[in-house]
Amino acid sequence: MRIIKSEEISNAVKNLIIHSSVNLSDDTYNGLKTAFEQEISEQGKTVLSKILLNAEIAKNESKPLCQDTGLAVFFVEMGKDVTVEGKNITNAINEGTRLGYSEGFLRKSTCDPLSRKNIGDNTPAIIHYEFTDGEKIKIMYAAKGGGSENMSALKMMRPSDGKDGIIDFAVETMRSAGPNPCPPNIVGIGIGGNFERSAILAKKSLFRKLGEPNADSELAEMEKIIFEKINNIGTGPMGFGGICTVLAVHITKEPCHIASMPVALNVECHSHRHSEIIL
Amino acid sequence: MSLIKITAPLDDEIISKLKTGDEVLISGTIYTARDAAHSRLVKLIEENKPLPFELKGQIIYYVGPTPEKPGEVIGSAGPTTSYRMDKYAPLLLEHGLKGMIGKGKRSAEVKEAMKKYKAVYFGAIGGAGALISKTITSSKVIAYEDLLSEAVRKLTVVDFPAIVVNDVYGGDLYEEGREKYKDKYR
Repeated sequence: MRIIKSEEISNAVKNLIIHSSVNLSDDTYNGLKTAFEQEISEQGKTVLSKILLNAEIAKNESKPLCQDTGLAVFFVEMGKDVTVEGKNITNAINEGTRLGYSEGFLRKSTCDPLSRKNIGDNTPAIIHYEFTDGEKIKIMYAAKGGGSENMSALKMMRPSDGKDGIIDFAVETMRSAGPNPCPPNIVGIGIGGNFERSAILAKKSLFRKLGEPNADSELAEMEKIIFEKINNIGTGPMGFGGICTVLAVHITKEPCHIASMPVALNVECHSHRHSEIIL
Repeated sequence: MSLIKITAPLDDEIISKLKTGDEVLISGTIYTARDAAHSRLVKLIEENKPLPFELKGQIIYYVGPTPEKPGEVIGSAGPTTSYRMDKYAPLLLEHGLKGMIGKGKRSAEVKEAMKKYKAVYFGAIGGAGALISKTITSSKVIAYEDLLSEAVRKLTVVDFPAIVVNDVYGGDLYEEGREKYKDKYR
């Protein structure tokens, strides 16, 4: 059994958080550059050029890409042959979150849902675990902003709604979101599982790199149709009009109940901060 | 579409010249407020108590910046989504607010109030917080420090980039832009 110290996990989490708050990933930067080249609206082009410039400034000056440095979301894959010494892994990740948001001068956005009082250190992080073989721990991190998260939706659809129903749901959700979630967006869709599982699948879909094709050809085809339909809505960059409303659509599916067809759509902004580390 | 330099606070003459789709560079003094601060401002108005700043002619910027590092004027400071302030905005407009900077759609009530009290809604680029922070030359918390990033700040801005979304004539860039580029992808 491999032993890993909880401090090592906290430190890795802290570094992931600080690094992704100021460094836009290459796949996102390239996606935005392609959007800039394709956009036909003058105002849309201006917006995209400023978003690209913002990424340069953020990197050069170590300044957060966006003031909404998000809730800290983690997907953890835990090998069966590794054990954590010291704090339990949940506490270790929360400690890393606390350190990352404080030492990185990032905004603390967690609050009590009713009193709205700020918790003060951006905890608790939202952590999803999976258990795998081997002796490694893979930690995937996303800084999820509120503006795009607020435009997300979940629908318990009827099996008879079929693929067309799912496509309509996705397009209508993005039509109604309009300029609010900071387009151009990335759309993660989870089909199947159950009520909560579909939402987790939608969120996890956002971790696929932009430009990386879906291994499932049926889902890849659906992604293409939804992508084109959303870009034909006309919303455009920041909603000022244009053809680049989404940079990508990512779908994941899992088996569901014979009576159900849960579909969740998680909207992500262009400030797509996601990163991972294997310990 | 044209590039217009304006200075805050604003008056009706400037407001009447601004049209949906105009790109503007805003200089002068503006104030920040988000949900929690709006709720408190509205409560003060309802109780006939003085506000922490004079509302007449002012622009409110919907922003909650990241903490500034030592030596910085302000942290990253891009706009937050405006609809959350829709419930409070009409009363502030009635009391003299002339401009709002944010991102995303406004309600029918806010758009009506903008026409009635002559005010403009500016869209800034969400997610461009590092870029926008370079146009902010001073920042001071003037109220509600307990709200942390949501406190009310007085900002001095120089050539803050924004675009007129809703003007006093009922124009709406989100609707017009969408109509123009509908079905234009491929």
